[in-house]
Amino acid sequence: MPQATKEMESRVSNGDRSGAAEEQDDAPVDIIEGFTRDALHGLLADMLLYRRFEEKAEEAYAIGKIGGFCHLHIGQEGLAAGAIRPLRADDPVITAYRDHTQAIAKGITPRAAMAELYGRVDGCSGGRGGSMHLFDPAVGFMGGHGIVGGQIPIGAGLGWAIRYRGDDQVCVCFMGDAAVNQGAFLESLNMSAIWQLPVIYVVENNEYGMGTAFSRVSATEMEARSGAYGIPAHTVNGQDVLETYRFFEDMAERVRGGAGPQFVNAETYRFRGHSMSDPVSGTYRSKEEVESHVQEQDPIRILRDRLMAADLLTQAELEAMDAEVRAVCEDAAEFADASPLPDPSTLYDHVYAEINEHGRLFLDGRGQGPGGTAGGGPAGGPGGTAGGPGGDTHG
Amino acid sequence: MAELTYRDALNAAMCQEMDRDDSVFLMGEEVAEYDGAYKVSRGMLARYGDRRVVDSPISELGFAGLCVGAATAGLRPICEFMTFNFSFLALDQVINNAAKMFYMSNGQISVPIVFRGPTGAALQLSAQHSQACETYYVHAPGVKLVTPATPADAKGLLAAAIRDDDPVAVMEGELLYNVRGEVPDEEYVIPLGVADLKRSGGDVSIITHGKMVHVALQAATMLARDGIEADVLDLRSIRPLDVDAILETVARTNRAVYLEEGWPFAGVGAQIVALIQEEAFDDLDAPVMRVTQADVPMPYAKNLEQLAKPGARGVVEACRRVL
Repeated sequence: MPQATKEMESRVSNGDRSGAAEEQDDAPVDIIEGFTRDALHGLLADMLLYRRFEEKAEEAYAIGKIGGFCHLHIGQEGLAAGAIRPLRADDPVITAYRDHTQAIAKGITPRAAMAELYGRVDGCSGGRGGSMHLFDPAVGFMGGHGIVGGQIPIGAGLGWAIRYRGDDQVCVCFMGDAAVNQGAFLESLNMSAIWQLPVIYVVENNEYGMGTAFSRVSATEMEARSGAYGIPAHTVNGQDVLETYRFFEDMAERVRGGAGPQFVNAETYRFRGHSMSDPVSGTYRSKEEVESHVQEQDPIRILRDRLMAADLLTQAELEAMDAEVRAVCEDAAEFADASPLPDPSTLYDHVYAEINEHGRLFLDGRGQGPGGTAGGGPAGGPGGTAGGPGGDTHG
Repeated sequence: MAELTYRDALNAAMCQEMDRDDSVFLMGEEVAEYDGAYKVSRGMLARYGDRRVVDSPISELGFAGLCVGAATAGLRPICEFMTFNFSFLALDQVINNAAKMFYMSNGQISVPIVFRGPTGAALQLSAQHSQACETYYVHAPGVKLVTPATPADAKGLLAAAIRDDDPVAVMEGELLYNVRGEVPDEEYVIPLGVADLKRSGGDVSIITHGKMVHVALQAATMLARDGIEADVLDLRSIRPLDVDAILETVARTNRAVYLEEGWPFAGVGAQIVALIQEEAFDDLDAPVMRVTQADVPMPYAKNLEQLAKPGARGVVEACRRVL
């Protein structure tokens, strides 16, 4: 047990945040469900970071620093921390458009994520993607996808590539609850089962697809959705980060060991509107419903209360932790604000990975390609293709 | 040089590339045990095994997306659509994922994938199985498109498409699969973006692509009987587009007709006409005409189908109008 928890602890504290509670080497182990005190503080700090990051984004949106669609994950942080932190750095993760905290959990820095939300050149997608399209294959984060369910076959393909090469990574493919009504989901599950792809499909079941309650648009319970394909279904309480973490830690290793695709119904709840244009409770859920979840189902409060009850966290420690992550988010926003807009001359860069020697790729008379003006040469380098999801670091 | 069918030339290109690169694999409906719905992949399952030659379920959206995902991880999938008509089910994966991933990710994730299969009409397959799909694919920046007309072009262009680092659609023709022609035995790659003057005339330019190259050549023969010599320019590659070759033939003949299998509205020809008037207006002695499929869904009845399809006679007429 100590060995396992040590390993886990080192993974948990391996994030980009500057470490919340690393002062004690001789910290006792097996404190809560085998998590060390440092590991517990690490998970709490992770979730707090995600929360503060998005609150900062919310603020920035309100003053026009962030545009377009912006979907907050607030309330669902237990899943980002619990499902992603146990993974290896080279395990690919892909998700839909509510992607900020997953991206940070996988290793995109708050600075790079915030700069992307601001549409700046230092953003993790160079300002070309925005809130819905955060990418960094070097840390195994494969996006950030805007069409409901569209990322699911891509997740299957990431699993296919792992199997094709005989590698041992595991792909975690997130989706919202509404996505299971897309054909893309059904087709991907079927193929994953046929070929036993190493993919964990995770539904972030926050009960509503935009404003439509899942129960209104589904003929079955969520757990029944994978049974037709022989894919085991699991339900996990996404508001309990410890349960979620343990579940994914175990499941990732089982899939790595050949258990085949898995389907996880992660129960959670969104504390904000669907996007910035949707008020917190909207017309489709009551204020009381939202408030009761905020009071009773906040993954951060749940862990905080548990730690305090076990005398593993003092108010002062919590405040220090919060101050630290707030400073990280403040810094991220300042960094983003100071980052330049993308150079206009790069408009045509990265449309194509290969600018062919002959012929014209752009037909508007502006981006001429070879011999032209703005084509931008063979770009991108090895990031996408050579390394694939992952790169070579291990958490 | 060996004489091969267009079908076997495509097969030769896939084998050539699979021999040199283990990251290339073929996936699609009936590509493995059935040897391909049009036998393009004949023998490949026996040669490469079911790791690399893979029968998919009838799930165009699903397997196209899976192939896109595999490409984002650095593999080089050849995603076969039994026909491009069926690929409409997969267009979200083609347009929203394959075409845009490199841009959205700021050049971090490329998608080196080939989508291939037949486009256009065959014989009496009626509306849902008889349409030219080129426009749907080239409309989106991020996708490339080639349309080989001959066996040699089929081998060289498919090989180039597989080696290209971007999504490339290779649109073939059901009625071309049995066409025979000389094909280089050795490793053969035709760079994308190079048109081919299939016939040199000088009086009028018939510009076209894919299966229609043969119709254009037929029309040119008919015109020659009356002493009119036509250039037949086969674009081969729609995106990238060999603009120089287009401008060159127009400069020589001062008259142009675009022939295509698709519908006229926002078709490939519309783009070419726009390009010519923008960049070669002073070379023109007449408006550029288009010969396309009739602007109706393809009917089944033989006589109506004949009326709907672009044919050599229509091309001859169009050429006479610009002469």
